[in-house]
Amino acid sequence: MSSFVTDFFGDWHAIVVLLLAGVIPNQIWRMLGLWLGSGIDEGSDLLMWVKAVATAILAGVIAEILVHPPGALASVPDFLRYGALIVGFIVFMLTRRSIFAGVVSGEVVMLLGKWWLG
Amino acid sequence: MSFPPLDSPQWHQPLRAFGYGMSAVRSTILSAVLFVTYIGIGALAHDTHFSLVWALLSTLLVWAGPAQIILISTLASGAPIVQSAIAVTVSAIRLFPMVISVLPMMRSPETKKRQLILVAHFTAVTLWVECYRFLPHVPRERRIAFVHGLGCGLVLIGLVATTIGYELAANLTQTYASAILLLTPLAFLFSTARNSKELADVLALGLGLAFYPLASLLGSGFDILISGVAAGTIAFLVHKWREAT
Repeated sequence: MSSFVTDFFGDWHAIVVLLLAGVIPNQIWRMLGLWLGSGIDEGSDLLMWVKAVATAILAGVIAEILVHPPGALASVPDFLRYGALIVGFIVFMLTRRSIFAGVVSGEVVMLLGKWWLG
Repeated sequence: MSFPPLDSPQWHQPLRAFGYGMSAVRSTILSAVLFVTYIGIGALAHDTHFSLVWALLSTLLVWAGPAQIILISTLASGAPIVQSAIAVTVSAIRLFPMVISVLPMMRSPETKKRQLILVAHFTAVTLWVECYRFLPHVPRERRIAFVHGLGCGLVLIGLVATTIGYELAANLTQTYASAILLLTPLAFLFSTARNSKELADVLALGLGLAFYPLASLLGSGFDILISGVAAGTIAFLVHKWREAT
């Protein structure tokens, strides 16, 4: 029984680490947003600024993954990662903002490039 | 996706609004992106020797792709817990303005904070983007139920994909793994770009991309926060200035 539990859940230590290093540091920002954001009106300047900052931070997350790629993505050369994003964006604009077309063409550029480089 | 008109009796039952929200996951390409991203996260968790339940709990309780990727890769590299926690919390700062900007869309004067806890939990880039698209077609008093349905649907996709990725991991080549990781920046960029209707949003996106490499030269560890606040503030000020002239 106890070995089944261990196999299934991993050890409890790992779950505690998940809570301390993952869940709490992540959730704290959502709950702060819920707590502090309740007085802000739709259409106010403050909200427009907050939304612009949220968008720009998200842009930073996008740039970070491209500039400092995690895991297997680091095996893709710089110019290919940037090229895939640029081609994807051009296709996205040409297809009247189709996310699907943009994502697929970006991926195709990266995969073809990797295949061509060997 | 077509919903009943705002004044239709179809919207009277909250449970039905929940159902509309849940089935709305079918009408967004972001569901497919989410699915593939979580296959990647499941595979990453498997390769770094976390248990399947651990991976599922991280999807359910963290519910933010970049944070999970950072958490798994830093813990697996043997970093101290404190260091992982700091890296995760920096990546999660974006959730703070996202929650603040999404909640006014579904709040009414009678709404209690505790009714919005689950909405805050579900808030991540996919839900944030889709709220702007779907909620104008949902009557205000049913928006919380609708978003609960949408959030449950998305989390369900994430959990199924985490499991599939975990089981498939051994067969994933480096090329596929890199294609999965590239999906996040592509999908984040295009979904945010499609959502950017105001000048402030377009500028924030462009400047945010351009400022990050500059901010990372500072090497402060808070690069994303610095570039984000700077780019967002400039975008906002330019927008106000254009409005005033």
